[in-house]
Amino acid sequence: MDTWPEDSVARVPYWVYQDPDNYARELARLFEGPTWNYVCLEADIPDKGDYRTNFVGALPVIVVRDADGAINCFENRCAHRGALIALDDAGNVENNFKCIYHAWSYDLLGNLRGIAFERGINGVGGMPKDFKRETFSPRKLRTTTLCGLVFATLSDETPPIEDYLGEEILGRIRRVLNRPIKVMGRFTQALPNNWKLYVENVKDTYHASLLHLFFGTFRITRLTQGGGVLVSPDGGHHASYTIDKADDRQSTAYRDQGIRTENKDYTLADPSLLDTVKEFGDDIQLQILSVFPGFILQQIHNCLAVRQVVPRGTGQMDLKWTYFGFADDPPEMTKRRLKQQNLVGPAGFVSMEDGCVGGFVQRGIASAGEQVSVIEMGGDTTESQATRATEASVRGFWKAYRERMGY
Amino acid sequence: MDLQRLVELNAAYARTIDNEQFEQWPELFHEDCLYKVTTAENVAQGMESGVMYADSRAMLQDRVSALRKANIYERQRYRHIVGLPVVLGETGDAADVETPFLIVRIMRDGVMDVFATGCYLDKVKPNGTGALRFVERIVVCDGGRFDTLVAIPF
Repeated sequence: MDTWPEDSVARVPYWVYQDPDNYARELARLFEGPTWNYVCLEADIPDKGDYRTNFVGALPVIVVRDADGAINCFENRCAHRGALIALDDAGNVENNFKCIYHAWSYDLLGNLRGIAFERGINGVGGMPKDFKRETFSPRKLRTTTLCGLVFATLSDETPPIEDYLGEEILGRIRRVLNRPIKVMGRFTQALPNNWKLYVENVKDTYHASLLHLFFGTFRITRLTQGGGVLVSPDGGHHASYTIDKADDRQSTAYRDQGIRTENKDYTLADPSLLDTVKEFGDDIQLQILSVFPGFILQQIHNCLAVRQVVPRGTGQMDLKWTYFGFADDPPEMTKRRLKQQNLVGPAGFVSMEDGCVGGFVQRGIASAGEQVSVIEMGGDTTESQATRATEASVRGFWKAYRERMGY
Repeated sequence: MDLQRLVELNAAYARTIDNEQFEQWPELFHEDCLYKVTTAENVAQGMESGVMYADSRAMLQDRVSALRKANIYERQRYRHIVGLPVVLGETGDAADVETPFLIVRIMRDGVMDVFATGCYLDKVKPNGTGALRFVERIVVCDGGRFDTLVAIPF
């Protein structure tokens, strides 16, 4: 199962969503390979000793701020017997983490510092005299920060984040994360599908206004609006965007195609939901951006969030949502964001369907491991396009995937 | 606050949703209201976001029309088991009330799963006709992990 059936990024075999060996390979080559993985926000750990636990693929990690203000990341696994070192999602420690199993302790850089009864009791027992503490530590990850986002990598070969992303994607991140943020809430959505089906969905500009009626009817985004998709040269990262364009009101393209999302009778009883202000100095009303392999930054009107894809085996994943605003938001902006958050998340007016559609694919392909999906809208290439009626960024994902997986 | 009236309000609320009479669900709220579905952890950390958030009855009606006309999801319904309300405080004819709940989700393939548990943090008071209605209903879920999607309100 480790050969691609056809040498094209427009054809993807379904076994990639099912095969356990392929999954193990993904964890090793993608998440634990030369990639940058989102682990938390700087705002999550502002002070010394503040930490969060998270996952890099299946690898449990601790992200912690040390006394120098640096952010460290290391495996959440005691060097002794392998137990989790930190059990909570977040917290604050004074100077060290202590494993609850046998009280081995670690400093804020992840170095093994203390071994309970290291010299035994009354000279009896204890660790051998030649035991070298410094050679036993959980694996350390390098960290980097970008606009308040914290990324980690296990590989020495991962290039600096700026090179990893490229100028275009970098600019799109800086556009949104232009000042200190304030976390407004967190939710986890457990999805019944392989992690890649969600990542593809995020990159799939073609489906957005076809699957999501709310998008189409209220002109949050329609393929007939201005916009496009940027794909990084390696294919792995993307940013799609729509531009608020008043003359779209006249377009009948959707009705002409008899597409379900056109519904003239559907109006909001409380239109304040979509009361939007332009806050980034441009006309971009929606921007969805992904960083390979599993990070998403979202601006939908004034609703801002980061999403993290956590794989949980071949057919399950967690989608971790963090909603945020800016630290300097006035109360009316906070209110606006709270209302617009109805658009996204597990109960989102425009994102709810993304929670189930991956499961529909996972179930649909149950017996089709040797068949392929067809990803050919907009051709079979992966370059940026000035339309969203394309699957260029989905193909981009597969380009990066195949390159990194060795297929 | 008469406990009997609170129990009746909660029973009507659960029945409205479980029997899929969603159009009647906003009627159980005052026009000026707050309905939010969040988690115990977000509440503990002072975080305001909800997976659903409505600050008017009209927004609740929009939830219902989205549920009926816009959103796509696999056929499902809920069974609410609602515990006894505890009155936390009273001001005039309004009361702060806390009530535990459990929601079983019944999927089209017949699977019945515990979908959410938590407590309702309510502010209730009578409307013009004397019927008890919600000024606020904050749905505080015990956990923060939602399976697949949340289409129907809690």
